[in-house]
Amino acid sequence: MTPRVTFAVAARVIAQLRRDHRTVAMLIVMPALLVALMWWMYNDAGGVFDRVGGPLLAVFPAIIMFIVTSVATLRERSTGTLARLFTMPMGKLDFLLGYALAFAVIAVIQAGVVVSISLYALDLDIRGDAWQLGVVAVLDGVLGTALGLLASAFAATEFQAVQMLPAVMVPQLLLCGLLIPRDQLPGVLNGVSDVLPLSYAVDAVIGVAKGNGFGDGAGTDALIVVAFICGALALGAATLKRRTA
Amino acid sequence: MMKNTVAVVCRDVVVVRGTREVLHGVDFDLRAGSVTGLLGPSGCGKTTLIRAIAGLQARVTGEVQVLGLPAGSAELRGRIGYVTQEPSVYGDLSVTENLRFFAAVLGVPADDVDRVIDAVDLRSHAEERVDRLSGGQQSRASLAAALLGNPELLVLDEPTVGLDPVLRRDLWQLFHQLADAGATLLVSSHVMDEASRCDRLLLMRDGDLLADETPQALLESVGTDDIEQAFLTLIDRKAGAR
Repeated sequence: MTPRVTFAVAARVIAQLRRDHRTVAMLIVMPALLVALMWWMYNDAGGVFDRVGGPLLAVFPAIIMFIVTSVATLRERSTGTLARLFTMPMGKLDFLLGYALAFAVIAVIQAGVVVSISLYALDLDIRGDAWQLGVVAVLDGVLGTALGLLASAFAATEFQAVQMLPAVMVPQLLLCGLLIPRDQLPGVLNGVSDVLPLSYAVDAVIGVAKGNGFGDGAGTDALIVVAFICGALALGAATLKRRTA
Repeated sequence: MMKNTVAVVCRDVVVVRGTREVLHGVDFDLRAGSVTGLLGPSGCGKTTLIRAIAGLQARVTGEVQVLGLPAGSAELRGRIGYVTQEPSVYGDLSVTENLRFFAAVLGVPADDVDRVIDAVDLRSHAEERVDRLSGGQQSRASLAAALLGNPELLVLDEPTVGLDPVLRRDLWQLFHQLADAGATLLVSSHVMDEASRCDRLLLMRDGDLLADETPQALLESVGTDDIEQAFLTLIDRKAGAR
């Protein structure tokens, strides 16, 4: 791994994103819009939004980042730029970390927008600190990025990559504690949810929202999310092949 | 420099893709400081051979040695310039932005970017987005990226396709200048009339090498002055020998 190369990849991805206004708008505005839609849906349902609003801050950024990054390395494969880069002194991890860094920058802006709107415009009622909620929302965006890059390394075509969403993200969405608290799931499903990354993303948000700060459980969940991010990137680097048929 | 050393050695190179064997035991050497043309019809295995030398092809058996190392070695990265058939540059970035990025990955000085832009004659389009350029300009941008850092070996997959005759002549001049400075070039083409511009020719068909000669020797051996005709004669001879 070479920091020079990692940062070159990150800077290039950001330069490309800056040209692509529609994707940036989707990444930054969409999570906030979806949270606002949920707020409106539950407007007359009394208190439901305060229960699901927090988990949504984890779920929407992760899913939206996943969609965008799952086609990223495939685009580079189909244009031949990945093959060119592989003849240069670029480690596979440089490539994936460069993408992760670039999207982490987006995740910071995304989290700032969605957390601000949820807390101050939609009056989401949480007991914990707003900055901790922000940190967790950033981690969740980066988690979606890392999982997307991993899916991208596995898929052979963009068409296959898009199919990873229902295969990889939807089950996590159902089991993560957004629809029903995880401890109320049947035993087997609860066990399955224990090994899914999005569960810990949601646990961290719920912990912060309840007022259990980073020192009191939510920090552990956040660290588990960080571990999943590192694991997904390492596995992605191991899966990405320099030599192809 | 190194005029008589060997830059690439291929011995009994076999490549399998899916269930099909696409290279059936290819043998040749590339002399350092020369321009070798890899000629043959579309689908004959040129791209696969080039990818094997670049270290990007899976399921290669036999020996592929590049600059004294097995193809694909980590030590070779940055010493080989590789150009794919389709322009492998980012369409949403300008020519200069693309080249600055690849220069940063290679760790070569930023002023090398200006040198390669001039080398492929893209100065007037340097700040334009690549996807707004013509096909020929895009492939020149892709070639420029391969020239960064003066690689010792250049493997170019059909770099002159679709270019106008003046530009093609200029690029072949550039290839020879690079070779005179010590670089080794392998240039594939399916246009037979580019053969006369090469120091040496590899003629390929259906995954086999039909000839490995200088253009003059090849024409003399089949008694013609037309490369296309020489190609046909070689194919007929081979069919007759079976």
